[in-house]
Amino acid sequence: MKSAVVQLPGLNRDRDMIAALTKISGKAPVTVWQTEAEIPDDVDLIVIPGGFSYGDYLRCGAIAARMPVMQAIKDKADKGVKVLGVCNGFQILVEAGMLPGALMRNSSLKFVCKEVKLEVVNAETDFTRAYEKGQVIRCPVAHHDGNYFVDPETLAGMEDRGEIVFRYAEGTNPNGSLGDIAGVMNRRGNVLGMMPHPENLIEAAHGGSDGRGIFASALDVIAATA
Amino acid sequence: MTIPNSIAITPELVASHGLKPDEYQRILDLIGREPTFTELGIFSAMWNEHCSYKSSKRWLRTLPTKGPRVIQGPGENAGVVDIDDGDCVVFKMESHNHPSYIEPYQGAATGVGGILRDVFTMGARPIAAMNALRFGAPDHPKTKHLVSGVVAGVGGYGNSFGVPTVGGEVEFDPRYNGNILVNAFAAGLARTDGIFYSKAEGVGLPVVYLGAKTGRDGVGGATMASAEFDESIEEKRPTVQVGDPFTEKCLLEACLELMATGAVIAIQDMGAAGLTCSAVEMGAKGDLGIELDLDKVPVREERMTAYEMMLSESQERMLMVLKPEKEEEAKAIFVKWGLDFAIVGKTTDDLRFRILHQGEEVANLPIKELGDQAPEYDRPWVQSNGRQPLPASKVAAPANYGEALLKLVGSANQSSRRWVWEQYDTLIQGNSLQRPGGDAGVVRVENHPSKALAFSSDVTPRYVEADPFEGGKQAVAECWRNLVATGAEPLAATDNLNFGNPEKPEIMGQLVGAIKGIGEACKALDFPIVSGNVSLYNETNGIAILPTPTIAGVGLLPDWQKMAKIGSARDGDRLIMIGTDGSHLGASVYLRDILDTIEGPPPQVDLAAERRNGDFVRSLIRNGQVTACHDISSGGLAIALAEMAMASAKGMKISLSEQRGAAHALLFGEDQARYVIAVPADLANFVQASAESAGVPFRPLGAVAGRELVVDDLINVAVEDLAKAHESWFPTFMA
Repeated sequence: MKSAVVQLPGLNRDRDMIAALTKISGKAPVTVWQTEAEIPDDVDLIVIPGGFSYGDYLRCGAIAARMPVMQAIKDKADKGVKVLGVCNGFQILVEAGMLPGALMRNSSLKFVCKEVKLEVVNAETDFTRAYEKGQVIRCPVAHHDGNYFVDPETLAGMEDRGEIVFRYAEGTNPNGSLGDIAGVMNRRGNVLGMMPHPENLIEAAHGGSDGRGIFASALDVIAATA
Repeated sequence: MTIPNSIAITPELVASHGLKPDEYQRILDLIGREPTFTELGIFSAMWNEHCSYKSSKRWLRTLPTKGPRVIQGPGENAGVVDIDDGDCVVFKMESHNHPSYIEPYQGAATGVGGILRDVFTMGARPIAAMNALRFGAPDHPKTKHLVSGVVAGVGGYGNSFGVPTVGGEVEFDPRYNGNILVNAFAAGLARTDGIFYSKAEGVGLPVVYLGAKTGRDGVGGATMASAEFDESIEEKRPTVQVGDPFTEKCLLEACLELMATGAVIAIQDMGAAGLTCSAVEMGAKGDLGIELDLDKVPVREERMTAYEMMLSESQERMLMVLKPEKEEEAKAIFVKWGLDFAIVGKTTDDLRFRILHQGEEVANLPIKELGDQAPEYDRPWVQSNGRQPLPASKVAAPANYGEALLKLVGSANQSSRRWVWEQYDTLIQGNSLQRPGGDAGVVRVENHPSKALAFSSDVTPRYVEADPFEGGKQAVAECWRNLVATGAEPLAATDNLNFGNPEKPEIMGQLVGAIKGIGEACKALDFPIVSGNVSLYNETNGIAILPTPTIAGVGLLPDWQKMAKIGSARDGDRLIMIGTDGSHLGASVYLRDILDTIEGPPPQVDLAAERRNGDFVRSLIRNGQVTACHDISSGGLAIALAEMAMASAKGMKISLSEQRGAAHALLFGEDQARYVIAVPADLANFVQASAESAGVPFRPLGAVAGRELVVDDLINVAVEDLAKAHESWFPTFMA
């Protein structure tokens, strides 16, 4: 399994993501710059990490969604390559139309960085196979605009098809997201967007490794348990 | 149409530049003619208190700044300290007090931006930030607005830039009603052979402008920061800069890439007094002249005068002396990151600072003298009158100890700061081992299997007010102690000295006393000051802030797996107090918040005891004999135990049976050099025997058990109730 991490000006959790992918797969991911129109053929997982791409000016993810590299990512996704967007990466995927819904300002109107609980709603995805359905894991969040919204009709379809992958559990919804939604995937099941940061909970130094399963699943390596 | 640069110099104009008549005379003597308008601006920028340290320099020289690990002390953008294996930590703390009061969000944001730039200018990637914030009384009409703006600004900049905020302080006191304090700290990691300095070298080499464009924001900011406030403060809003963390993040990446190419001879960030200060600094340090052509400076506004360009404090800018053969390579990096890259001048051998604009020479000044010949004052000072001793027997005991404890943990100054630090990204970079809420923030050193750095920022202004010398000592001792409480070896510190108007002898006396105290403590604890900043004139309508010399320290943990935390006590652990029994209630939180009075001297700091007790605690931690550790500071033993109990979510059964002094002094006394440690039950006797043989005083306190904090028959409070009181003050206040 070979992975790629997208680097755009203003993204700032790219180094965290590169470290996590390297530690879990034993191989450093390739990096892809904003202007690159192609992504290497042998990449099986493309990750758009968190941060503030282009300063989050205009709207979170809006400028990034229009950069040349996004077309290359869309082309890959259309061919079935896995795409994971975390935090700003999720916002970018939504802005690019690769995932439904919108991410609004947190209901508190404040940036929030804390640990929350996540319920693995769908454990039969390429990103969550390492978990059990209904399992509750710990995961940190750090964002200003993570309040997920989608229209009721689309939501009903997503729920029916199992596209709601993570929900905030045990009353820990940090941002007012509709239905406690923390992560969603596309219809084909190869594009996942999530606000929490599993890359910041993968080893003893982080105080736990609950986030590891997402990368272990996506990279097809045996999940190391906490 | 040309832009007018010539304006007649009048005494009023000189005064409005913050220059005293004798200082202006000094300028006339130095250059032998009347300065141009641009030159007057340059002198005002270089000779104000903020940039020249003219009132404090004489005393700052007395601080210990050297040590076996110190690679760079004060005088550069930041201090540099060796942390073995070819790694070093680069750090500094700086105030942004005046701008943050005028415009809290941008003032605080650009304070964070400025300190981050100081660190990465030296070739270090920032890995940790802290913020020491002080606000007026909670019920003052401006306080909520200022808290909300400053916290959002700190977070807005640091979170977007991508540095974890791992510690800091937030305090309230009516004395900050008219002048809040925003002291921003940043630390970065570099290789010892990859540090970049501001000293220019080589004649005829290109001087390059990097980063964001120059606008009119912040013109005269440093001069504003060197004056007291009065009712006209709203008019000063245009002197506050506007930050752009996105550009700063790009500038960081571009600078680090550029430095790796070997193209950089000297580099300096543009902070206070922007282009002026950075150019003069680079030239003067390298014994070179600098010539700048302002027509080449990237600007974002039309028709800017030379004066405005030289004094602009637009953010996210750098100045660099470049190896000419690397120009194309260097430029390509800045183009890639979407930043400006412009050759705006050259180094010369004539030791002049020459500014050209529209083909005309608008300034021609001796570059060395601009810095070196700044006025320096030995301002008159008086020692403040010491307060009368206040024996504990003269201080009333609380009617109900449990209620007193609940009141303290839920008070404005002792309550949880979670509301604040949850707005900061404390986890980014994936190396945060201890986040805010404990004794010190701890960050793992990347690419090393076990090393970590600890960071803490401390000062107790009410002590400094009562006795500047002891208060100065205590600020250093508490910072040192907080680092030790994680198991770290304290390496060095940075000081951020916030005081009122130094032209008043009693204020100058506070500054002198505090510096003497800091110096004495730093010497005794081998904890040199490697960088710092002075902020004076923190006064409004003649009322000064509490003297606040903030000390931020850095410690080294060789193996983070063995660090101690405040919240890791386990059921059955034995609790032991290291240090002497509490006896001192003067200037204490108990007096202030329970008895509503401010009297008595602060606790004495016995530096030998501080060191001995600290070394002992550190050795226990490193030997793996401690499960949790917390220092005892404001609020005394009772608060320390409560904080440990809440952080561990465990109860405690404490007995003070062999009581020698008054219970309220034992529980709330703020005597120094003390810790509470939790140790496994089977090690308790061994640890106590070790303390005895090391000559370290201790007191067995009891054990971790149950769900209540119980102290004999004095206190019996559910830890859950303590936590509720502790956590609810801030959100309720800000709601």
